[in-house]
Amino acid sequence: MWAPFEKRLQASRIALLTSAGLYLKASQPKFDVVREQDNPEWGDPSWRSIPAGADAAEIGVAHLHINDQDILADPEIALPARMLSELASEGVVGGATAEHLSVMGYQDRGLEDWRLLTFPALVGVLRDRQADGLILAPA
Amino acid sequence: MMPAVAEERRAPRIVGVEFPFGHSFGMAGDKAMQRRVLELALRVLAGAAASGTRVDIDIEWPVPLRDAYKAWQPKEASPIVKKLLATWGRA
Repeated sequence: MWAPFEKRLQASRIALLTSAGLYLKASQPKFDVVREQDNPEWGDPSWRSIPAGADAAEIGVAHLHINDQDILADPEIALPARMLSELASEGVVGGATAEHLSVMGYQDRGLEDWRLLTFPALVGVLRDRQADGLILAPA
Repeated sequence: MMPAVAEERRAPRIVGVEFPFGHSFGMAGDKAMQRRVLELALRVLAGAAASGTRVDIDIEWPVPLRDAYKAWQPKEASPIVKKLLATWGRA
């Protein structure tokens, strides 16, 4: 859905969303790849909040459709939170949200849970964080 | 990645990057490449004048695409791929 971007980038708070299935190993459940193994046409519709300052060592990847080796080595290739913070400190953007969003890219075709639960929840979080714009990175 | 699919799905703003899956912002450890992609995404976010705007990034993946696209595959086939292969009698 189209919406004009009305603020200047230098005055805007930006959020990131990756569908690489990132999660915090110590504090968040992994996306449910066990259920997907049992039911290959199902994909976990839940989401995770990833702090902008999370270290690579804190981040896990749960996505059965990609080789996760490079993302584990450098999560910035899927969720460039540190780079965005750097651009914010340089004034390229007004700021970055304190947390970014992660979902798992493989979903069932109907997308019912996504439409009814996941998407409204993500919109709520972005509104709460006063994000002006969202960069979505598919995986 | 897959900008043609993004167009088909009517994404309002698209940055086309012909990179292997899982590498939306570039190669691991290559901060210059990651920055170029993110900066372009931000420019397209703020500067696109109409829905469906697509800008392809002028970066060639520094590994032959045939090798790169093999490398992004998971070590074990995904459940849906396994199921399809079984259906087609190729498991």
